[in-house]
Amino acid sequence: MRVRTSVLLGVLVAAATRKGSPYDQQTLAAQQRFQPAEIDAGGRLYTANCTGCHGPEGDGVGGLNFSQGKFRRGASDEDLIRIIVRGIPGTPMAPSGIADNQVATIVAYLRSMTAGNGDTAAGGDAARGKALVEGKGQCLTCHSIGVNGMHAGPALTDIGAQRRGADLMRSLTDPAGEVRPENRTIRVVLRDGRTLTGRFLNQDTFSIQVIDATDKMMSIDRATVRESSILATSPMPSFKDKMSAQDLADIVSYLSSLKGRP
Amino acid sequence: MKKGVFFVSFVASLFVAGLAIDAQVSFNRMLRASDEPQNWLTHSGTTMSQRYSLLTEITPVNVRNLELKWIYQVQSLEKFEATPLVVDGVMYTVGAPNDVIALDAATGRVFWTYSYTPSTLARLCCGRVNRGLAMLGHTIFMGTIDGHLIALDSKSGGLVWNIAVGGARPDTGYGFTMAPLVIKDKVIVGSVGGEFGVRGFLAAIDAKTGKEAWRFNTIPGLGEKGNDTWGGDSWKQGGGPLWVTGSYDPDLNLTYWGIGNPGPDWNGDKRPGDNLYTESVVALDADTGALKWHFQFTPHDEFDYDSVQVPVLADIAFGGRPRKVMMWANRNGYMYVLDRTNGEFLLGKPFVKTNWTSGLDAMGRPMNVKAPTAEGTLIYPGNQGGTNWYSPSFSPRTGLFYIPSWMDTYSTYVKRPVEYVEGQRFTGALPVMSVRMLQPGPLVNRRLPEEGHGAIQAFDPKTGERKWAFNMSDMTESGVLTTASDLVFAGGRDGYFFALDAKTGTLLWKASVGGAVSAGPMTYAAGGKQHVAISAGNALLVYGLR
Repeated sequence: MRVRTSVLLGVLVAAATRKGSPYDQQTLAAQQRFQPAEIDAGGRLYTANCTGCHGPEGDGVGGLNFSQGKFRRGASDEDLIRIIVRGIPGTPMAPSGIADNQVATIVAYLRSMTAGNGDTAAGGDAARGKALVEGKGQCLTCHSIGVNGMHAGPALTDIGAQRRGADLMRSLTDPAGEVRPENRTIRVVLRDGRTLTGRFLNQDTFSIQVIDATDKMMSIDRATVRESSILATSPMPSFKDKMSAQDLADIVSYLSSLKGRP
Repeated sequence: MKKGVFFVSFVASLFVAGLAIDAQVSFNRMLRASDEPQNWLTHSGTTMSQRYSLLTEITPVNVRNLELKWIYQVQSLEKFEATPLVVDGVMYTVGAPNDVIALDAATGRVFWTYSYTPSTLARLCCGRVNRGLAMLGHTIFMGTIDGHLIALDSKSGGLVWNIAVGGARPDTGYGFTMAPLVIKDKVIVGSVGGEFGVRGFLAAIDAKTGKEAWRFNTIPGLGEKGNDTWGGDSWKQGGGPLWVTGSYDPDLNLTYWGIGNPGPDWNGDKRPGDNLYTESVVALDADTGALKWHFQFTPHDEFDYDSVQVPVLADIAFGGRPRKVMMWANRNGYMYVLDRTNGEFLLGKPFVKTNWTSGLDAMGRPMNVKAPTAEGTLIYPGNQGGTNWYSPSFSPRTGLFYIPSWMDTYSTYVKRPVEYVEGQRFTGALPVMSVRMLQPGPLVNRRLPEEGHGAIQAFDPKTGERKWAFNMSDMTESGVLTTASDLVFAGGRDGYFFALDAKTGTLLWKASVGGAVSAGPMTYAAGGKQHVAISAGNALLVYGLR
């Protein structure tokens, strides 16, 4: 089997911890026909391969809106699989190169997109959201946008191209609900008694790579480590009770506008 | 097909290196390979496939003084899975997909290259790779990903012959990625294609003429024994591919090969029955290809637990008496010991976490086997198995069997309908895996240990007891090499190549190789010095004592 694109690290663990997320509210049809693990796998493929044109909400190409179940050239599962595999000649929709037995997971994800998404940023004021992110929210003390900010939290420069508004709202109000493997926090206790905490960047058999809250990147020799653990929680505070619904909508609106372009 | 043959200063190199090149590899030399441990004459070292060397210059004490002697960088971005051959100071290896390179084994300088351009119709499930070569006399043999077997002159890289084996069509999934095995005057090679509904085969080709001498179809045809283990016409697209090299016992004149998955991989509804000889080891008469016995590890497999591993042969005391055994670390997560004279099941125990079966019965058949379901079934080990094509090793000195292992992996199998269309994937729904299947190099790894990791494990084949494990943060696609100085060499996806104490598993030396190890290490002597070679990333790295 060839896997062209990331098929999730620990997807089942991630899925299992996603209680109360919009994934629980996926359309009944999607739930009946596809398994959560398939939807999750498809979501990763979609993010890696499709958001560049279609956007995270599936509305990046005129006349299409996956979040509203709006397709143009056939809407059956078979139609979608064929289009993703073969592309559409004469259009920018090229053959995906994704193994055909994986494409069904993308369809699973497309079906799941129609549930309760796309309206969270409605009414949000992106300009006001920008001010909140850079001011009251203190987001840049952990996150970066372009060259501004810090890196102990995930970069937000193109977060609007990666995540749907519903995902962003969830991260703001329930940050520990889903911590993706790339955003895990590791706590390392060294043999000399010091404790280091930061975002878990990488590891190998002999070392651990971390970036801490002061933006210092470190490679830690495992021989110097007494113990280490991945934290089950997120260092990000919940803004559920710290900001108004309007503030949150404004922030989501601003974050959704961040597509990675200056 | 042939793009070019380049004869690079061969005569001049002879003078510079001072080599007395003979490189006439008789089959008798292969059978007596232990008499000349400075060479590595077959894919697994000897036809018994122990991947064990009698060279002892590098020891547990001085291994810390290993240093890089030379690197050869292949002109390929495919995975570099080949184990080199070394014959009288000359190394032969393959840059994927099908470029043969002859090098000075002491310096890495190139004698010649032969570049083959495979048909663009070739389709492979898992990369345009090649695992190595075979040699007989002055001839080098390479299987190609588009179903050809090519014979080259070992002195010049010139083409001797090039045949499309049995007319196997690459556009329907046939091709070769394994290193062939020479037995007597024949070259044996088997076809891939298990994800495309092929009907797998093993072919013995006359080394001189390129004519097919015998063929063993891994899926029995109508009227042949075993055909009744397939419902209806399902045998026609039954799969049963091969992609690693088999073994040969000269005393029994039997050759042993592991067979891969039935098609379609993850939905067995249309192929009711045990589906012989998929997921089996077959013992064949080396002269005729006649089946002498078989042992099926995973009847009616629906988890893609290909039994495509190197059969490791040894004569050991088992149950208080000498036995001719075969050791087999299977992708299904069980380690087996069989009597290789008749296929009798002697021992079978899990070497990684398993839940697909409740255990093996007295005959070695799995009991209470689970199945993919519409809701999804979570299965240990995951789709890539407890191990895979990576060569294991047996040390007669320690008596231990060394297994490259994938620990604690799982996959969710969902049953979906699937129809055969020629040339297209015939698999069913790809399982959702806890760990990526294929990976080009040391990438970012943020997995928790419980989400899966790699290990080199040492087992006592007499009891199935685990003696030690060397754990890695990431998976391993490395083979294992053992030496008579009680060293174990192996590597992993996280880009290290290392030496362990064969008795204890203690780490003795390591080198960062800057790329995933997806090949088996081997050792040889050149210029009077022992070397250890490993392919990693897109380079061949050779180490020796400083």
